[in-house]
Amino acid sequence: MIERPPNQPPPAGEGVSLFGDAPEIDLSRGRVDLTLVRLRMAWRTLRDGWAVFVESRIGVLSLAIIAVFALMAFSHPILMATVWEPDVYDPVTGYAFDRFDHPAPPNWRHPLGTDSLGRDILSQLLFSAKSEFILGITAALVTVGIATTVGAVAAYYGGLVDSLLMRLADLIIALPGISLLIVLSALFNLNLFYLALIIGVLGGFGGTAIILKSQALSIRVKPYIEAARAAGGSHFHVIFVHIIPNLLPLSLLYMMFTVTGAIFAEAVLSFLGLLDIRMSWGIMIHTANVGGYLLSGANYWWLVIPAGASITLLCSAFYLVGRALDEVVNPRLRRHDG
Amino acid sequence: MSNPGSAPLVAVDGLTKRFPIAAGLFRKPTSFIHAVDDVSFRLGGSESLGLVGESGCGKTTVGKLLVKLLEPTGGNITYRFPAPAVGGHLAGSVEASNIRGRQLRVFRRQAQMIFQDPYESMNPRRTVYDTIAEPLAVQGIGDVVGRLDRVSEILNLVGLTPAGAFLFRRPHELSGGQRQRVAIARALVIGPSFVVADEPTSMLDVSSRTGIMSLMQELAERLGIAYLYITHDLAVARYMCHRIAVMYLGKIVEMAETEELLRNPLHPYTRALLSAVPSPDPMRRREPPNIEGDLSLPIDPPARCRFYDRCPMATERCANSPHPPAEEKAPTHWVACYEA
Amino acid sequence: MPMTTADTEPVLKVVDLSLSYLTRQGPLQAVQSVSFELGRGQSLGLVGESGCGKTSIANCLMRLLPDNGRLTSGQILLDGQDLVPLSEEEMRHFRWGQMAMVFQAAMNALDPVYRVGQQVVEAIEAHGVEVTTAGARERVARLFRMVGLDPQLMERYPHEFSGGMRQRAVIAMALACDPSVIIADEPTTALDVIVQDRLLRELKGVQRELSMSMIYISHDIGVVAEVTDRIGVMYAGRLVELGDTADVFGAPMHPYTAALMSSFPSISGEKHELETLPGEPPNLANPPAGCPFHPRCAYATEECREEFPAQVQRGSRWTACWHPLTDMAGVGQ
Repeated sequence: MIERPPNQPPPAGEGVSLFGDAPEIDLSRGRVDLTLVRLRMAWRTLRDGWAVFVESRIGVLSLAIIAVFALMAFSHPILMATVWEPDVYDPVTGYAFDRFDHPAPPNWRHPLGTDSLGRDILSQLLFSAKSEFILGITAALVTVGIATTVGAVAAYYGGLVDSLLMRLADLIIALPGISLLIVLSALFNLNLFYLALIIGVLGGFGGTAIILKSQALSIRVKPYIEAARAAGGSHFHVIFVHIIPNLLPLSLLYMMFTVTGAIFAEAVLSFLGLLDIRMSWGIMIHTANVGGYLLSGANYWWLVIPAGASITLLCSAFYLVGRALDEVVNPRLRRHDG
Repeated sequence: MSNPGSAPLVAVDGLTKRFPIAAGLFRKPTSFIHAVDDVSFRLGGSESLGLVGESGCGKTTVGKLLVKLLEPTGGNITYRFPAPAVGGHLAGSVEASNIRGRQLRVFRRQAQMIFQDPYESMNPRRTVYDTIAEPLAVQGIGDVVGRLDRVSEILNLVGLTPAGAFLFRRPHELSGGQRQRVAIARALVIGPSFVVADEPTSMLDVSSRTGIMSLMQELAERLGIAYLYITHDLAVARYMCHRIAVMYLGKIVEMAETEELLRNPLHPYTRALLSAVPSPDPMRRREPPNIEGDLSLPIDPPARCRFYDRCPMATERCANSPHPPAEEKAPTHWVACYEA
Repeated sequence: MPMTTADTEPVLKVVDLSLSYLTRQGPLQAVQSVSFELGRGQSLGLVGESGCGKTSIANCLMRLLPDNGRLTSGQILLDGQDLVPLSEEEMRHFRWGQMAMVFQAAMNALDPVYRVGQQVVEAIEAHGVEVTTAGARERVARLFRMVGLDPQLMERYPHEFSGGMRQRAVIAMALACDPSVIIADEPTTALDVIVQDRLLRELKGVQRELSMSMIYISHDIGVVAEVTDRIGVMYAGRLVELGDTADVFGAPMHPYTAALMSSFPSISGEKHELETLPGEPPNLANPPAGCPFHPRCAYATEECREEFPAQVQRGSRWTACWHPLTDMAGVGQ
């Protein structure tokens, strides 16, 4: 008998898939192309996961927001190449000759107005979206790549390896993140890529590694790990074939949360003017601040609100997509399910 | 405690396993759980030996020691495997402690294990094909096409037909009985001569349980496999095993041919176990088992008989002597008790 | 269904109970048209394989259904009062007060941060059975003794208890408010045989002593045979056979009961051949037409495939089968 929590409904019929049926292979029809079957199965998993994901309205909305920002990022070079003259609309070196009252309020040539240096705000906003994506995704990939490996290795080997890696994680958690970045930015010339790398490494060896390790610990004691060892599987085989693939859903989740953290960190550092970045949402707010317009925000709202809202929206969107994904990878959280 | 006849497939002598308690990174453990303590037995080729006892008695530890998933603290295990069909082999008789590195991988082809929980013993993300082909893949046996054929063949053998319908299912698309068939297929796909079966039917429903039991018997006969069948259920052991060894807190307290053990139990613990089994037969009235107390963990146990605290027959001698040695009270019927 | 063992009105009467779970695949019929009665002081066993609906029935009775569970028909009459239309607030009075449940996983039923005795005391006080704390504690001590626990153990925490002790504490908790019906859902499944044996004896003793009624749910027909007076056999959400335990196990009428019996390995007597039931239990989201057992049944005929069989009554027992087995040699067709 299977032990089941008292309030759990029974599984949906024996031998029947929750998500459609497994591909049935007719072995008599000659050779079976394994790769093709696997592709088909991966597609099916993706499709079924999507079916659960779309049930979360906030998840879909957030994904739409991310898509809009992605469109914005792509639209900038297109606009620059077609309708926007580089002299006027370049986000850093442009100058709106058509106005004298910089920062100019929104008008038909500059839908979001210009900043105190006469540069087009909309162009800056669109240009920065690309940087935010590059930063967020690089940082997330680095974090999750490191954290997954560290978590799996620490959980699998235990003992000294585990102790060393976890003490390292404690050390990184104890370091105040933003202050450390401020110090690093003073010592080195931090550009977008290095910033992404540093945020990724700090996240990867820090808190995320601990969370993924605790998950890996619960996988490590599963009998299928022992079965793999009994079959003659090496440590490498067990870690990379059994532990890490089972960690990936959770990794994906933390990837989303890391994106949020990275964009936020960038905004703070840029606001403080510590980064060697051409343009970003943080720098836009920084510029407004340097010009002394931040505190009279109501009169010069176009200097602050578009950039601030973008940071908030994109950060929340990634975070909420993470939460919606949580429901996909963590069936216990689903509201109704058989 | 040996089985007369040819040289045994597995000979276990004085096997001991202790797990340290409360050991920090730089602290020396001060106490030990004596999970397996001085256990000896022989297992012949194609023989099925039942290892019966309550949870925590060390039976699963013995199983894992025998397939080298754990390293013993003391004692010897000697294997004498027949030459295998594929790959290199371990010639003659080998000691478990000498099997390392490359040899260990070859050893894994000969000794396999079937796990208790069919719901947890398969990786939920991998298909039936991946699971069964894993031993072949990690051992580097055959190419992809060859493995697919071999896996299909073994699926038919364990009764999952047509194989094509099962090859690419994931565990959640299988019933408990079907999963356990896959687990059996995984253990047998590289043609082992010795399999440790750790309660393979205890989590299954009655109707799928009998199917798995008869499948395992049939395969043992057809493929000449020896089982160490670990179970808490004497009734299941009765159907699956030629001989039964009863374990209590790390010690084998009684071992005999199955029917002999059931009809003529000599050790007070075996008697208690037998009389505690409920039966649906309305005609059968049974005596309550006459032992006291609960099972404890064998943490640094005293030298006297492990069963002393709960034994209804304990005497002065039991209190003052070491744990009784196994004696052959009747032909092939071994008991470790002073008063039996 | 007339009852023979109970002379008085039954304590609990379940009439035509049906439950489905709403799932992605559509509704899943977990319990279908189940009716039975439970006499005062009687114990009724429900046996069947996992997914047959026996635990769902217990959850229905206690009204502890998951969000996606829907009672589609039926009445649950406890002392003549129908529990189905009651609100959650009204139900709370019946739950534990009149009908208590012992779960399979005892560890989950006990809160690890409170002393075991305190938890039982709180249950008593919450239902106003005893007004003073001293009175409640006295009562808990009595309950502990009744289930074979030393009253001194009241001051211990759950993790200090062994599996058997925990399960006993949970039973004591279930008894705390003097319920008229106790529902035990696989209370001994996680325990070793010797502990199980002792617990069963104590449970049975307490049930007799307090002349409580008990529903005992298990997959183990050996256990059920020893603790119950009457037994109901379930298959795919349906009750397929009901009768006095000795009669049902002595001479099963439904082929499924017979199959359960013959696949049960016995420790005593001659070693009979174990029979294997072919196939798997049906998918409850899409059950077969007619009798749900027909795809696995050796006696299945055309009618079995078309219509669910009517009850065949024989004395105090009945079965839902077109071809009930008889004591005589003429078995089915």
